[in-house]
Amino acid sequence: MPTDLELQTPETEAERRPTRSQRPLPEHEFVRFTRLQRTLHACMIVSFLSLATTGLTLKFSYTGWAATLSRLLGGFQTAGFIHRSAAVLMFGVFVAHLYNLVHLKKREYKSWRALLLGPDTMLPTSQDLRQFIATMRWFIGMGPRPQYGRWTYWEKFDYFAVFWGIAVIGSTGLTLWFPIFFTRFLPGWAINVATVIHSDEALLATGFIFTVHFFNTHLRPEKFPMDTTIFTGHMPLTELKRDKPLEYETLVASGKLEEHLEEPQPEIVVRTIRFFAWIALSIGFSIVVWIIYAMLFAYK
Amino acid sequence: MSTRTVRSIFAPGIALTLLIIAGSALTSAQSAQGPTSDDCLACHSDKSLTTQRSGRTVSLFIDGKRFSSSVHGALNCTACHADLEGKDLPHSTPLARVQCGSCHTDEQKQHSHSLHGKAIARGDNLAPRCVDCHGNHDIVPVRDPRSAVAPLKVPFLCGRCHREGTPVQTQRNIDQHNILENYSESIHGEALLKKGLVVAANCVSCHTPHNILPHTDPNSSINRRNIAATCTKCHAEIEEVHRKTIRGELWEKEAHVLPACVDCHQPHKVRNVFYTQGMADADCLRCHTNEHLRASDGRSMFVRAADVAGSRHAKVACSQCHSEVNASRVRPCETISHPVDCSRCHEEIGQQYQRSKHGQLLAANDPNAPTCKECHGTHHVLGKHDPLSATFSTNVPTLCGGCHREGKKAAVRYTGTQHEIIQHYTESIHGKGLLKSGLTVTATCTNCHTAHGVLPSSDPQSTVNPKNLPATCGACHHGIEEQFEQSVHSRLVTKTDKELPVCSDCHSAHTIRRTDESGFMLDIMDKCGRCHAEIAKTYFDTYHGKVSKLGYTKTAKCYDCHGAHDILRVTDPRSHLSRANVVATCQKCHANATRRFAGYLTHATHHDPKKYPFLYWTFWGMTTLLVGTFAMGGMHTLLWLPRALQMRRELKAEEAARSNGTGGEEKTSGEEGRHAD
Repeated sequence: MPTDLELQTPETEAERRPTRSQRPLPEHEFVRFTRLQRTLHACMIVSFLSLATTGLTLKFSYTGWAATLSRLLGGFQTAGFIHRSAAVLMFGVFVAHLYNLVHLKKREYKSWRALLLGPDTMLPTSQDLRQFIATMRWFIGMGPRPQYGRWTYWEKFDYFAVFWGIAVIGSTGLTLWFPIFFTRFLPGWAINVATVIHSDEALLATGFIFTVHFFNTHLRPEKFPMDTTIFTGHMPLTELKRDKPLEYETLVASGKLEEHLEEPQPEIVVRTIRFFAWIALSIGFSIVVWIIYAMLFAYK
Repeated sequence: MSTRTVRSIFAPGIALTLLIIAGSALTSAQSAQGPTSDDCLACHSDKSLTTQRSGRTVSLFIDGKRFSSSVHGALNCTACHADLEGKDLPHSTPLARVQCGSCHTDEQKQHSHSLHGKAIARGDNLAPRCVDCHGNHDIVPVRDPRSAVAPLKVPFLCGRCHREGTPVQTQRNIDQHNILENYSESIHGEALLKKGLVVAANCVSCHTPHNILPHTDPNSSINRRNIAATCTKCHAEIEEVHRKTIRGELWEKEAHVLPACVDCHQPHKVRNVFYTQGMADADCLRCHTNEHLRASDGRSMFVRAADVAGSRHAKVACSQCHSEVNASRVRPCETISHPVDCSRCHEEIGQQYQRSKHGQLLAANDPNAPTCKECHGTHHVLGKHDPLSATFSTNVPTLCGGCHREGKKAAVRYTGTQHEIIQHYTESIHGKGLLKSGLTVTATCTNCHTAHGVLPSSDPQSTVNPKNLPATCGACHHGIEEQFEQSVHSRLVTKTDKELPVCSDCHSAHTIRRTDESGFMLDIMDKCGRCHAEIAKTYFDTYHGKVSKLGYTKTAKCYDCHGAHDILRVTDPRSHLSRANVVATCQKCHANATRRFAGYLTHATHHDPKKYPFLYWTFWGMTTLLVGTFAMGGMHTLLWLPRALQMRRELKAEEAARSNGTGGEEKTSGEEGRHAD
């Protein structure tokens, strides 16, 4: 298999510190995400948490929690302002990611075909289906753990869920933001329909992110309490070997592994990252608790 | 009195008339040029003869027979219509006004000095002239029952103007009310009108026929100084009856220090009742100024003379309230067997009180029942306009609170829904207006509950009964009442067995708040929702409802769209939500709203597949998506969990082995071996 790495381009870093990358030490870590990708994910967290918190106060306005939270956020007008600002940020993240893809195609893959149909593609492939079936067998004890590549099928699912979410929530959100403009060509009840879709799709997104996504990528017992790869960009080599054996083997075979190794982030950076990640996780979990409470005990 | 008086007044007039008749007969005989009565009647006996006066058609017909039988029958027309003298017929119109005074000099003089005459001089078009009382061509002697000024007719003649509701009574400054009605029921009126005693006093007996002056005028027949003389024209030797008060001739000599007839016998209201025989206040105060004076049951019987002197009743004698005294006793008060009955004077109020809850309790001998004195006090009674009075508007809440405050005697027996009444009132917009802003026109207890006719709201006669409440609040909030009475909530508009809301259902009774306070704004949905439960619930499913549920008021609430008091069916073209008005209603907040925008469903719910199929199916589509995704994601996670825990255990073991330096290789290779499978 070709051993092209898809997303990270640590050449600049490697050029700056050639001596270090030339002599990999055991503690050197595998670079999985670029700085832009980490930044985009951080922005996504800020934006998503803001959207979820402010939006859910409106959705669950019948709970006492919502009123308190809304007051804490500075009132519904301020909450609305936060919600719209965060939405703009989210659109920004989305556009930046698309730009990044275009950039990547130019620099790394030369053609869309290579980017979209290569071994490190984000698009679902037949291998994903095979790995999904194999994973199911592993779950029920009928086979070994599959040899995952760079992107597992659940990571691809998460990735496209964001595309779907931004399309659905974003379009209905814009309708609700500019109802007078949209009712120039849509009937008035379309606003009501947009409300239902926006609200329920948002519930799906928050619920999924704060449970399934958190578990899959951060809270799996073997990674508990937190996987900081998305924040630091680094993954310990042992973990790469264990979790992405196919990618590891491909890199070793092509002899390009060393290009992707870097010294660990300084301790203070990791600590700071952990601190903020904890805050984000806590907010997410609180929201899940609130959703469950609102849906089960206070639903109207 | 009357014939004598009337005769004395009219006798000179009649004599003069006769003289003039004689004189004018001579004149007409001498003057051959002037038209005779027959000449005039040649035209004026035509019944169809009319003219236009200030836009009205006026008949100029003169009944020759009636004229010739009138007191002026012997006179030629020109005797009165002097400006026709020497004119050719037919004459030009109009003729100059007839000057009765050219013959009736004294009467004319009196009339010009009287209220009526001065009013005419001022140009008051309501003031009566001779003709208004006496007529014109058909004047007959006063004693003739056909006369317009015959005694039996006088009350109605005067009453034409001095009757309730006439322009004179409503537009001129007249401080007596129900004059004709009161007179008819008075002893004089009954004697005249029911018993036909033509000698009974009528209007002119006291007021004089022509010299009518205000009672403040020292020359008036009804001035304090003169009233005794006026009354004694008929009631001769009344002093004998008023022995104690009057002490003989004092009444006429010192009228300014003694009570005048009208102090006890109110003008126009003189009743055929027993007025306590002349008890002077001084006689009472001989004993009652003693501070230690006590009744047999220990009550203090002390009366502070200054209290009475400074009160509204300063000019009322003790015995007028404390009736049943007997002046012939050494202790005149020993014959008193009943407490003071204020309704003897304050009759209407007394009747209101008896119908009220307070009065009903008193009738049931309830010891808690408040009587007049509980609110008004006894000897130091002050008017409600006196800031020192307990019944002055700012003092009313405290006054009523004496019994109706929580824990007090009226509050403890009350079983209704209103509690902390006084406290709540004080914090309400009315209470703040009255007590903090000092606006004495602000509604206080008595404005809504009335002062004397207080009834529980369940009583259909009560001013706070739901049926009557709009009118009660409308006494001040008239503009609102007008709107409300045309709305769907008005009993006048909607005929239904269901209970319709009134003011208090939204605004409450005693906790009325400013409607621009967030508390009121946020409560209104629940208030409307008490009856419109379903529609309120669906409101909370929409953006407007959710935002207001969060405690914010800058979003559409029920009344922002439906109107507050002028709520109409949406099918009514005048409704704020009718097809013609709905876009403008949305534009109150959404400046550029269009008709399509107004198609937003403000009460939409996704639970109703018939009414809102789009929403219903969208909701269930989304729910299916949600449930499906979560089921898959959840299953995946749950199935993963045991494997992940197993991996964790293995990793721990591996780590432990590595730190021990041995066994680690085995484990790792074992795991790798599994992976390789």
